Amino acid sequence: MLLRVENLTTYYGKIMALDNVSIDISEGEVVAVIGRNGAGKTTLLRSIMGLVKPAKGRILFRGEDITGKPPWIRAKLRIGYVPEGRRLFPYLTVEENLLVGAYTLKDKEEIYRRLEAVYRLFPRLEERRSQLARTLSGGEAQMLAIGRGLMVNPRILLMDEPSMGLAPKIVDEVFDTISSLKEEEKVTILLVEQNARKALEVADRVYLLDTGRVVLHARADEARNDLRVRKIYLGG
Amino acid sequence: MIGMYYITLLTEIGIYSIAALGLNITMGYAGQVNLGQAAFVGIGAITSALLTLDLHLSFWIGFLAAGLMSLLIGVLLGAVSIRLKHDFLAITTIGFNFIVVGVFEYYSVFGGTTGLIGIPPPRILGHSVWGFNFMVLVYIILALAAAGTWWIEKSWLGRAFQAIREDEEAAQTMGIDPRKYKILAFAIGAALAGFSGSLLAHFKTSITYQNFGFDKSIEILTMSILGGMDSIPGAITGAAVVKLLPEVFRPFVEYRLVVYSIVIVLVLVFMPQGILGRNSPLLEWLRGGSSGERSNP
Repeated sequence: MLLRVENLTTYYGKIMALDNVSIDISEGEVVAVIGRNGAGKTTLLRSIMGLVKPAKGRILFRGEDITGKPPWIRAKLRIGYVPEGRRLFPYLTVEENLLVGAYTLKDKEEIYRRLEAVYRLFPRLEERRSQLARTLSGGEAQMLAIGRGLMVNPRILLMDEPSMGLAPKIVDEVFDTISSLKEEEKVTILLVEQNARKALEVADRVYLLDTGRVVLHARADEARNDLRVRKIYLGG
Repeated sequence: MIGMYYITLLTEIGIYSIAALGLNITMGYAGQVNLGQAAFVGIGAITSALLTLDLHLSFWIGFLAAGLMSLLIGVLLGAVSIRLKHDFLAITTIGFNFIVVGVFEYYSVFGGTTGLIGIPPPRILGHSVWGFNFMVLVYIILALAAAGTWWIEKSWLGRAFQAIREDEEAAQTMGIDPRKYKILAFAIGAALAGFSGSLLAHFKTSITYQNFGFDKSIEILTMSILGGMDSIPGAITGAAVVKLLPEVFRPFVEYRLVVYSIVIVLVLVFMPQGILGRNSPLLEWLRGGSSGERSNP
């Protein structure tokens, strides 16, 4: 098991955001966490990254308990993170954003190999390498956020709502990228998405969250026929 | 040879450029508000003055000790800064400035109300360095400080500073420990101020607590903001403009704080990148508007 979340309970003030959530993901898998707005999806990813402290439960990464570790230590374990809303460094150039993503790598040659790999995946980023990140379009910005998360050649990539706020055509592009990361680069991905339909197309397995609880855990092809999942389809 | 008037002016521009460069690192690159930079100049000045006056050590030892002392106190202020967000940090650094000045004024070892006088000029090969030669010395040290700042800007250190400035949480998820870099940013910025303070003390040969008050911090801040907080030439240009203004426009002296405040507000509203900061309107215009902002399909 690459990542295991055990009985995680998290509060925002007095409100319970996650209620005894357990999920796991193995190497090479793409696992989707779907659910309505406010179901706790983002809180789950933020807890895995160490940005939210859980009240109860454990997070194990490659068998090691990382529950109490700060985000920067988790990054050193090569957990890649594509945050909700992209969170680029707006006044740094595209290339500088990528280089910050490679912060934990100290070998110059490796950094440049990774940079080339990301540019191969997203040629648009190479065209815009010396432009400030704030000047990118929504789709390009999302590509940069993904590219930045890929710079460390992550053991797992945590992606938070990568389709949020993008035009339908761009959403398709983002999910094509996720498919190719899965098929060609064999990246392990934990994907949080409100767009359940799209998420189920790329995922092997899926967890459905509702008000902080896991209410369904199934293979993606099975989940498509589940009534609760279908409701999310319609609800958007 | 140029006259003493111009030598004095250019020397002070060089000295304050070093302090403004330091502020650029703390505030411009790392985004940590510091409204008490003059206190670090003062700590450096007094350290260097006391070591040469009381212990008869050479200027060079005083100079290095000035940077080191300011650096250490910068580490302390940096450690405090970890727990504070922008506006509280701003107030804390103002308070820090008043405390430092208060200590200088209250304790006669640090000069008290009369200040420290008779601070010796540096000596090189048995000759006292003053006037034109002192100015050359200042600009050599400024060049070294600028080169060091440039190295920081281009290195992973500068990228970590800037990532924290832009989005601290995102930076953490990339592996950057913000506590470490905030302390470092304060320490480096303070050390540069300390060096400039040492130069100031040995140039003026007498200093009082009044040279390092909050108004001086605002003056250094104006230099930094006006030139562009993330620009090395900007810090020097800002220092030159702020030091030259009262020379060409005498009545200015009386209203300097008012003018600084107006300049800061105007620059922040209309040209937040400063004269020479990254993506500043002037630089864009010089480049022919070819790079930088570009709309996308």
